[in-house]
Amino acid sequence: MGRDEFLFLLIGLKWTVALSIVAFICGGIAGLAVALARTSGIAALERITAAYIAVFQGTPLLMQLFVVYYGLALIGIRMDAWAAVSVGLTLHASAYLGEIWRGSIEAVPRGQTEAAKALALRYISRMKDVVLPQAIRISLPATIGFLVQLIKGTSLASIVGFTELTRAGNIISNQIFQPITVFGIVGVLYFLMCCPLTIYGAHLERKFATSAH
Amino acid sequence: MTQAAIRTDSSEPMITMTGVGKWYGAFQALHNVDITVSRGEKIVLCGPSGSGKSTLIRCINHLEAYQEGEIHVGGMLLGHQAKTIDAVRREVGMVFQQFNLFPHLTVLQNCMLAPVKALGLSKAEAEQRARHLLERVKISEQAEKYPAQLSGGQQQRVAIARALCMRPKVMLFDEPTSALDPEMVKEVLDTMIALADEGMTMICVTHEMGFARQVADRVIFMASGSIVEEAPPAEFFSNPQHERTRKFLGEILGRH
Repeated sequence: MGRDEFLFLLIGLKWTVALSIVAFICGGIAGLAVALARTSGIAALERITAAYIAVFQGTPLLMQLFVVYYGLALIGIRMDAWAAVSVGLTLHASAYLGEIWRGSIEAVPRGQTEAAKALALRYISRMKDVVLPQAIRISLPATIGFLVQLIKGTSLASIVGFTELTRAGNIISNQIFQPITVFGIVGVLYFLMCCPLTIYGAHLERKFATSAH
Repeated sequence: MTQAAIRTDSSEPMITMTGVGKWYGAFQALHNVDITVSRGEKIVLCGPSGSGKSTLIRCINHLEAYQEGEIHVGGMLLGHQAKTIDAVRREVGMVFQQFNLFPHLTVLQNCMLAPVKALGLSKAEAEQRARHLLERVKISEQAEKYPAQLSGGQQQRVAIARALCMRPKVMLFDEPTSALDPEMVKEVLDTMIALADEGMTMICVTHEMGFARQVADRVIFMASGSIVEEAPPAEFFSNPQHERTRKFLGEILGRH
């Protein structure tokens, strides 16, 4: 495998990183909205978001990407592969992060919300200043764990024709007929992204376990 | 900013509850409760666990919604609209059994948050007010620490200062010493006594009968969601009228 082939893999890597970042940030924003709706105390809103979460947790990511990529084309919304997989992964991430953060919000003791209410703080301030800072801390290990899943999940974008790291590996492998070498390198590149995050997540978990009182 | 404001006519009672009823589903937690609290009056509310005393004071700042009757705070009807609830909460401070300090904020930040966010004070004003009140509860040297670094008694004194930073007209205490180790009870009670001496209107749910004798203008005894008896402490302790009161006092005083 030559330098050009390796550079091609790095371009694929760049798109994997870009896709992961977009899906995590957009999915995070939407996920926060899902988590807040899920804990809003408004029955209709809670049921709708519960259903939304159930759909995305109960179906394969690959199928979700197919539905966004092919399904939207069928009803006349044309998107290129980049936009389609970004939307698909964002929806996927919003449901998972929404559920993780719902759990974290509910794990903050009720007394915190009561104290904030007794101090005449309104909903936005109660959430922003009191509940969410504590919930984020609680959720960090699980959030990082999901980010690792998401990075690996972006490899499914290759199936709808988006050239990220896995598809770049596939293309090179078909050209130079060295699948073991090529996918070995692809695997190492995924590992270099995910492993430090996993270690960091484990570190945070230990840190919070010891500081819990 | 236009806010519904509490009237400060001093002849008017601070709190009136008339015919207040409260249900949790089919379970009735409060039955037809009538209480009038004058300005500057100190009330001790006692009764066996499950008697509805915590529920009652939690209705006054609408941490619990009530379904029947009326509650007026400072002449304003506490309805179910966010606007009146907020107006009442700005004037009514509360101290909880479990302190409920915000663990991610320092002592000083705990005291500054609500005055900045709910009253619109500048950070400098809020800090000045917070430091002054931390001084008053004798804990100013801990201002930069986090709640977890303090003892239970210190945390509860911070919680009192945090509530006072809103300059409330009424303070509600929900079993403020029940979660404390015995050696820390006194420092919290002393803080409450000092507050009472300054003329604060107070409603305290507590089993500290020494505190009731020393501070209360009236002791109210509740059982099964109803007010059974109310009297000035001397009369309440020496000559309880009802069998349930006598039984309760026998148990609680016998323990000490």
